[in-house]
Amino acid sequence: MVDHLQELEARVDAQNPTPGDVEIQNYTINFGPQHPAAHGVLRMVMELDGEIVERVDPHVGLLHRGTEKLIEYKTYLQALPYFDRLDYCSPLGMEYSYVLAIEKLLDLEVPLRAQYLRVFFAELTRICNHMLNLGSHVMDVGAMTPNLWLFEVREDCLNFFERASGARMHMAWYRPGGVHQDVPLKLLTDIGEWLDTRLPRLFEDAISLVADNRIFKQRNVDIGVVSKQDALAWGFSGPMIRAAGIPWDIRRAQPYDVYDRMQFDIPVGTKGDCYDRFMVRVEEVRQSARIMKQCLADMPEGPIASLDRKVVPPKRGEMKRSMEALIHHFKLYTEGFHVPEGSVYVATESPKGEFGVYLVSDGSNKPYRCKIRPTAFSHLQAMDFMMKGHMLADTTAVLSAIDVVFGECDR
Amino acid sequence: MGSPAPKYATNEGVIDAVRAAIGGAFVDGVEAVGEVAVTVKREALVAVMTALRDKLAYQQLMEIAGVDWPENPERFEVVYCLLSVTKNHRIRVHVWTDEEKPVPSVTGIWPVAGWLEREVYDMYGVLFSGNPDLRRILTDYGFRGHPQRKDFPLTGFVELRYSEEAKRVVYEPVQLAQDFRSFDFMSPWEGAEYVLPGDEKAKLPEAKGAPTPLKADEIKKADAPKTEAKAPPPTPKVTEKKEDTGAGEPANKEAAKKSAGAKKAPPKAKTASTASKPATKKPGATPRGKK
Repeated sequence: MVDHLQELEARVDAQNPTPGDVEIQNYTINFGPQHPAAHGVLRMVMELDGEIVERVDPHVGLLHRGTEKLIEYKTYLQALPYFDRLDYCSPLGMEYSYVLAIEKLLDLEVPLRAQYLRVFFAELTRICNHMLNLGSHVMDVGAMTPNLWLFEVREDCLNFFERASGARMHMAWYRPGGVHQDVPLKLLTDIGEWLDTRLPRLFEDAISLVADNRIFKQRNVDIGVVSKQDALAWGFSGPMIRAAGIPWDIRRAQPYDVYDRMQFDIPVGTKGDCYDRFMVRVEEVRQSARIMKQCLADMPEGPIASLDRKVVPPKRGEMKRSMEALIHHFKLYTEGFHVPEGSVYVATESPKGEFGVYLVSDGSNKPYRCKIRPTAFSHLQAMDFMMKGHMLADTTAVLSAIDVVFGECDR
Repeated sequence: MGSPAPKYATNEGVIDAVRAAIGGAFVDGVEAVGEVAVTVKREALVAVMTALRDKLAYQQLMEIAGVDWPENPERFEVVYCLLSVTKNHRIRVHVWTDEEKPVPSVTGIWPVAGWLEREVYDMYGVLFSGNPDLRRILTDYGFRGHPQRKDFPLTGFVELRYSEEAKRVVYEPVQLAQDFRSFDFMSPWEGAEYVLPGDEKAKLPEAKGAPTPLKADEIKKADAPKTEAKAPPPTPKVTEKKEDTGAGEPANKEAAKKSAGAKKAPPKAKTASTASKPATKKPGATPRGKK
C-alpha cells in the first residue's frame, strides 16, 4: 500500500511540480547606461546566478562622437583639441601621443625647455587623473571621505592647468613642436611648493584612511585577479599590467621627451587584484611628484616651441615687425602645415595605460587616417573574464580599478 | 637629435628575421619613419601572427586599425600593431582586403582581438572569419553603413531627436542649415579645378546688354573744335626681332647691320604696307554715333 501511494505521489509530481521543485534559472540584469558607478555611459548586460556573475557583456559606444572621422576633415592643428575630449580626466596625456606622432612624421626637433614642460605637465595630469580615479574607486566600494579630500588635490591641479593654459580641463596646450605658451615662473614655484607641502599632506591623509582599512581590503583584495599571461594576451597596459606583476612602463622602456633623464621607480603588484591596481596608482602619484621635482630642478631656459616657422607660428610681437612672420602666421592658421607621406604608431604612457595614435598622412594638411588606441577598450573587454564567479557588488570595484572613461573608450 | 617620439630597440635586421620566421606569407617589408611595417598574405595571417608571437616574442597585440584606400582594388588595409615587452620593440603587420573577402580572425591567439576586430568591422565593414562575436560595437543599435569609409559623408545620413508628439526618440534624414564646407587651400592660379566664388560669370559668353559706356576721352562735345583724329602709328610697335629696337628708323638700321651676319633683315617695307591701311574706327563709338 505504501509503495503504491509513493508511486502515485511521484506520478503527480512529474505532471504538476510543486513550488518546491521549481527549476532555478539564471537571470539577466542591465547595469547602466546611466549608473553612478559606471564612470560614464556604460551598459553592461550581466547574467547572474543568484548573486554570482556568470557572464558580462559590456555595450560600449554610447558616447561615440566620431572623433576619428572628424579628425580626417580637420587640419593637424584643428584636430588637437579633440584629444582633450577623449579622456577628459587626463587631457594632456591624450594630446601627448598625437603631437609626438606628428613630430615623428615631420622629424621635428623640440627644444629642451618644451620637452621638460611637457613631461612636467604630463605628470601633473597623471596626479590629477589618479586623484579622480582613486577617489571614485574608494567611493564605489563604500567610503565617502577620501574622495572629498582627493578632489581638493584635483582642484589644485586644475587651477594650475588654468594658470598655464587658460583652461581648467580642456587645455589644448601641447603643440606639434612644443607647447603653446610659456609658463610664468611664479606658477612653477607655486607648483614646487605645492608638491612639497599640500600634495603630500592631503594625499597621504586620504590614502591612510583606506590603504590599511579592513573594509576596503575586503572589497578589493582577491577581486578581479589577472595573471601575467592573461594581462599580456588581453592587451593590458599601464597600471593594469603593472598590477599583474609585469614591470612595463613606456616612460622607462621607450622614453620620449626627457623621460630618459628622470629617476623614478615603477611600482608593480604581486597578485594582480583590484587592491594591487589601487596601490600601484597610489605609488605612481608619489613617483609623478618625484619626476615633477626633477623637472623643476633641471628645466632650462629657452624657447618653448620649435623655431621651425613652417610648423610653429611666430609670436605676436614678431608678427608686428616681420612681414614673413605675418605670412607664416596666416598660412599656419588657415591652411596649416603639410605632413610628409607616411604612417606611424606612437604610444605613450597615459595615466590609464598605453594611449596610441596610428597616424597616416597622405602629404596634405589633414590626416588621412588617425586611429586612436584607447586604453579602456582592451581593459573593458577583459571585464567578462575578470568578473566570472564574482559577486554582483564586486562589479563596481573591478570597474573602478580599470579606470575607465568613456570619452576615450567610445571616441 | 630628431623628434622626441618614444625610442625603442633598433629596427636593424628585424625585417630579415620576420621574413625568415614567416616564410612564404611575406609580401613586403618596409622600414620608414623609424618603424617596421610588414605586409603579409591575408590567408596566412593566423600562421604569421602565431610565428611572430612564439618565435619573435611579440607578446601583445595593442591595436588593429583599418584604413580605407578607395582607389585600390582591395580597398581596406588592416593594420595590426604588435608590441614585444621583452625585446622592447614594436612592429606593424598589414593585410589588404575588400568588402567581401574575410580576414582570418586572430582571436585564437589574442583574445583582445575580439573587440578590436569588431571595431574594424563596424567602421569599415571588413569581415573577420572566425570571430565568434562579430557585432557592431561603437555605432548605435540598428545603425546602417560603415562610417569610417571614405565614401561615407561626415554628416551621416540620419539624425535623431526626442519627439514630443511621438513620446520617443525618432530618426530622421539629416537636414543641415548650411552645407558642410571643406577648404582645399589650393592656390587658384596653380590649377584649381573649380570656379572661385564670385567668378561664376567669368567663363560665360558676354550677354547682350547695355552698350559699353564711352571713356572720357572718347566723348565728343558739341562745341569742340573739329579736328582730324590723329592717325595711329603706321606700324604696330613690335620687338620680335633684333632690328625692332623701338628707337626709330636710324637705330633699326644700325641694329639690322649688326645682326646681318646672323640673319638677313627682312624688308621693312612689307610690314609698313600691311599696316598702312586706314585705321579702323573705334568700336566703342559706333553705337552712340548711330543713334
